[in-house]
Amino acid sequence: MTAPLLQTLFPNIDDWSELGRACIDTLLMLGGSLALTVLIGLPLGVLLYLTGRGQLRAMPKLYGIASLLVNVLRSVPFIILMIVLMPVTYALVGTKLGVRGAIPPLVIGAAPFFARLVETALREVQQGVIEAAQAMGASTWQIVRHVLLPEARAGLAAGITVTAIALVGYTAMGGAIGSGGLGDLAYRYGYLSYKSDYMLVTVVLLVVLVQLLQMFGDRIVARYKRH
Amino acid sequence: MIRFLDVHKSYRVDGREIPALHPFRLDIVDGEVFGIIGHSGAGKSTLIRLINLLERPSGGRILIGDTEMTALDEPALRAQRRRIGMIFQHFNLLASQTVADNVAFPLRLAGERDAAKIHSRVGELLERVGLAEHAGKYPSQLSGGQKQRVGIARALANRPEILLCDEATSALDPQTTAAVLELLAAINRELKLTIVLITHEMDVVRRICDRVAVLDAGRIVEHGTVADVFLHPQHPTTRRFVNEALPEEAASAGAPLAEVRGRKLRLTFRGATTLSPVLSRVMRESGVDFNLLAGRIDHIKELPYGQLTLALEGANADAAVAALRDAGIEIEELP
Ligand SMILES: Nc1ncnc2c1ncn2[C@@H]1O[C@H](COP(=O)(O)OP(=O)(O)OP(=O)(O)O)[C@@H](O)[C@H]1O
Ligand SMILES: [Mg+2]
Repeated sequence: MTAPLLQTLFPNIDDWSELGRACIDTLLMLGGSLALTVLIGLPLGVLLYLTGRGQLRAMPKLYGIASLLVNVLRSVPFIILMIVLMPVTYALVGTKLGVRGAIPPLVIGAAPFFARLVETALREVQQGVIEAAQAMGASTWQIVRHVLLPEARAGLAAGITVTAIALVGYTAMGGAIGSGGLGDLAYRYGYLSYKSDYMLVTVVLLVVLVQLLQMFGDRIVARYKRH
Repeated sequence: MIRFLDVHKSYRVDGREIPALHPFRLDIVDGEVFGIIGHSGAGKSTLIRLINLLERPSGGRILIGDTEMTALDEPALRAQRRRIGMIFQHFNLLASQTVADNVAFPLRLAGERDAAKIHSRVGELLERVGLAEHAGKYPSQLSGGQKQRVGIARALANRPEILLCDEATSALDPQTTAAVLELLAAINRELKLTIVLITHEMDVVRRICDRVAVLDAGRIVEHGTVADVFLHPQHPTTRRFVNEALPEEAASAGAPLAEVRGRKLRLTFRGATTLSPVLSRVMRESGVDFNLLAGRIDHIKELPYGQLTLALEGANADAAVAALRDAGIEIEELP
């Protein structure tokens, strides 16, 4: 059996199923927060793009406000954001702990970041293509839906990849203040209890996760870039 | 008819109004190919983009038929734009979509949902521009000329009455340019749509335009039929454009001409006279000798023309000139 071997290599890890649960928690936090981040960040990014100077719906005031909000949220370190947001989190999901408690701060931390990436990706779309659509009588909504988003899809996929990887880091940090997952194990056992094998295993798992996300993301970007 | 009524346009740059087009009037007639020629920065793009209001005029009114474009609200303007196709120097195709989807795009924008209808219309259009077998390709897999054909098919999808061409051939090599111009001319003939075309090449104007306006620093300095403007340019800018299109003429019009003895004339033949032996008959009958200094015979769209620079020697030169004029040849005396 493999159990004795694992035991000699990682003497402190007596409950592998706990590690498994932590993995699942991390994946749940990542999946849930990434989905919500895209759901909120994409429209916010489109708004930033459209209302920007010289763009289709230039509105300097609205852009200024949205931009400031995004910058503020982006400049607060995630761990602090998480603590500050605790009452909001509690109001939203009824708990400050666990996977559910982690998702609101993760989304609020990552959505502005993703929105900026969306804005940048949309700005890469050639002005001429937008103009051609306007000349065909497209409405702003049609331009967003049928020109901007499809034409920027490689940039958007790259943005989602970067955001997902940033979220992996955030979930690990969240572990320190009770959100569970791999970060929680690393912090509680690896750091507070000096069980370095816990630290090693969780770090390796996180590295593998990041690596997989990057590879998967790069693949999609490459496919979209071909045309 | 496209009418510009006292239209002008200026851009705000660093808080100052910089005029791009000074107030002008212009009528473009239904079914014609109207060329606008000018140097870089003359205001050509600004002018053509006023037609579909991609650019709003700073003043004046723009009418297409009975519709006052400048008075429309957003939805009405979008509906009008569907009646105006546009093609661009850099094609502006959707890189993420196939050729067929690019051509289908304006149909879908206009609310067409019926896949079978879209498919057959797209097939028809690609057939028309000679790209039927490329329907499944992406723009990045096409040559420049092919991309522009996709652009043309896309512009024609909603059966527009007007086609706007912003430097449509400027990114293409001479042969591809000729083929694309031919296609545009055929479309103009067969579909009877009005084409407004801007360019900085007189040769493009000569090949397919019926009338032309010359734009210089935001003003229309000359306009008329292509034959009139091309054969008898008045404004220095127009002359430069014509000379660019006729390099050998420009070269021979320098110092050597001044040294030639005799009475120097430029003869212009248009249409049928180009093809009849008027010159030799008049010279023979008047006993005048002529020295041929420069010349060419070519076409302006379908109109054959000839332009010859001669020096006449002999007592009967006046009579010869009168006889040539009688035969319908246009004569300019050169210094
Ligand atoms: N959006 C803009 N803002 C400010 N100035 C502009 C703008 N668009 C055009 N202009 C100015 O208006 C003038 C006419 O420009 P336009 O693009 O119509 O020229 P063009 O004849 O099409 O030139 P080209 O052959 O280089 O395309 C130029 O001086 C240009 O700098
Ligand atoms: Mg231009």
